[in-house]
Amino acid sequence: MSVTVRIPGPLRRITNGTDKAAVTAETLGGVIAELEAQFPGIQERILDENGALRYFVNLYLNNEDVRFLEGLGTPVKAGDEVSIVPAVAGG
Amino acid sequence: MVNVAALRCKECSREYPIGAFNVCDFCFGPLEVVYDMDAIADIASRERIMSGPNSLWRYADFLPAEYNPLVDINAGFTPLIRSRALAERLGLEELWIKNDSVNPSYSFKDRVVAVAAAKALEFGFETLACASTGNLACAVAAHAARAGMKAYVFIPSDLEAGKVLGAAIYNPTMVAVNGSYDDVNRLCSELADQYQWAFVNINVRPFYADGSKTLGYEVAEQLGWRAPAHVVAPSASGAMFTKIYQGLKEFEYTGIIDKVETRMHCAQARGCSPIATAYEEGRFVIRPVKPATIAKSLGIGNPADGYYALKTIEASDGSAVIAEEHEVAEGIKLLAQTEGIFTEGAGGVAIAGLKRLVERGEIQPDEPTVVYITGNGLKTTEIVSDVVNPILIESTVSAFEQSVGVKA
Repeated sequence: MSVTVRIPGPLRRITNGTDKAAVTAETLGGVIAELEAQFPGIQERILDENGALRYFVNLYLNNEDVRFLEGLGTPVKAGDEVSIVPAVAGG
Repeated sequence: MVNVAALRCKECSREYPIGAFNVCDFCFGPLEVVYDMDAIADIASRERIMSGPNSLWRYADFLPAEYNPLVDINAGFTPLIRSRALAERLGLEELWIKNDSVNPSYSFKDRVVAVAAAKALEFGFETLACASTGNLACAVAAHAARAGMKAYVFIPSDLEAGKVLGAAIYNPTMVAVNGSYDDVNRLCSELADQYQWAFVNINVRPFYADGSKTLGYEVAEQLGWRAPAHVVAPSASGAMFTKIYQGLKEFEYTGIIDKVETRMHCAQARGCSPIATAYEEGRFVIRPVKPATIAKSLGIGNPADGYYALKTIEASDGSAVIAEEHEVAEGIKLLAQTEGIFTEGAGGVAIAGLKRLVERGEIQPDEPTVVYITGNGLKTTEIVSDVVNPILIESTVSAFEQSVGVKA
C-alpha cells in the first residue's frame, strides 16, 4: 500500500488529467520527489528554487497543514493521504 | 469590457484571458485582474463618479464586472463619519470612521460579493458558493437570493449565532464544517475542482478581491478627493487591506486625486496574528497559526494574501499592530460609547489597534486618519453581552426615583 496524493485542478495539466497519484516514500519530501519522477515539472510548482514549500501552496497530510508538522521532513506511511491546495482568499 | 485587460499571475506574470479561475497553470501562483489604467484614465473623472449611483457601482469604470441590476442590493457608499469624542479621547485632530457595518448584509463583504456575483452571472454560473468566517456567508446568501441563484455556504461549526442566522435567513444550503476556517477553505478548494459553481473566494477570487478597492475610492471621494495620511484596517487574509491601498493608488494614477502618501496599518488580534507577527519579526514569510481569537471574522491562520499585505505595509511605510484579546471588547465598547457605532470583533480590533498606534507615536495628532469598521456588532453580541444590565422596577414614579436615583 502506498501514499495517495490528491492533485488539484490547476496541476492536472501536468498529470495528464489524473486527480490522484500513488507514491511510495518515507517523508513528504520523498513524496514530492516521487511525484516529480512520475510527472516531470510538478515539483517546481510546489517547491521554490531553495527546495522550500512555496508560500502560496499548502500541503496537507491527512487534513493537517504540514507546516504544523515537520514540514517536508514529516514521515509518511502507507495509507496516508496528501493534498496539495493553493491558498484561498479570506471570507 | 474596455477597462479589463487580462488575468495575470502575481508570481510569474504570465497572462490569461478573463475566465473563472484563480491559479496560474504554470507556477501555481495566484491570479489578479489587470486593468488598462490608461483607458480608464481617459474616461474616468470626479464628475462621472459623482453622477453615478449611491453604491459601489459609481466606480464601475474601475471594476472588473458590468453592473447588473438583477444582483444589485446596493452595496457600498457607506458613511464616512468625522469623529469627535473618540478623536478627543485619543488626542487626534482629524479622525474619520468608515462605517461599513451598514451594508445590506451588514459587513464590507457585500462589496466583494457584489462584484463576484455580477461576474458569476456574466460567466453563466447558476450557483454561488463560499468558504466563510460568517460575514461572507451572509453576503453570498443575500446576493444569491436577489439574483435567484442557488447558494452553498461553508462555515466553521463554532460561529457566532448572529452570523449563522444572518446568513440562514436567505435560505442558502449551509454546511457547518468541524474545524477552523482554514479547514473549511481546504475543503472548498477541493470541492471547487469538482462542482461547476462560482466559489466567490476561490475560482472567482480575482474579481471578488477587487470589490474591496472601492473602500479606497470611497474614502478618497468622501474626504473631498484626497487620501488620508493613515489608514488603520483589520486584517484576516490580508486581501481587503491590500486592495484599499490599490484603490487609492489607482485614483492617483488616473489623476482623480493627487499624490497618495497614505501609510497603511494592519490590525490583528493576539489570538490570530500571523501577518502582524511576521511584521514585528521583520520577515516576509508568514508562519501559519491555529486561530484562537474572539474576533472570529479575523480567524484565518493561514492568510493567502499575508505576503502581499506585508508588501503593502512596506510600500506605504506603514506598520502592523496587535490588539490583545481583552482589548477587542473594550474597543467595541469604546466606539459604541463615543461615536454611537456598534461594531463586531474585527472593529474592536481596529479601534484597539488605532489606540496603540497613537500611543506608539506612529500616528501624530494632526495627521488625517481613517479607521475602517467592516462589520456589525449585532452579529457578535456574545462578545459584549456583559453590558446588558437593566434596572428592573415596578411601574411607579417612586420606584423609578428610588432605584435609578435621579429626581426631576
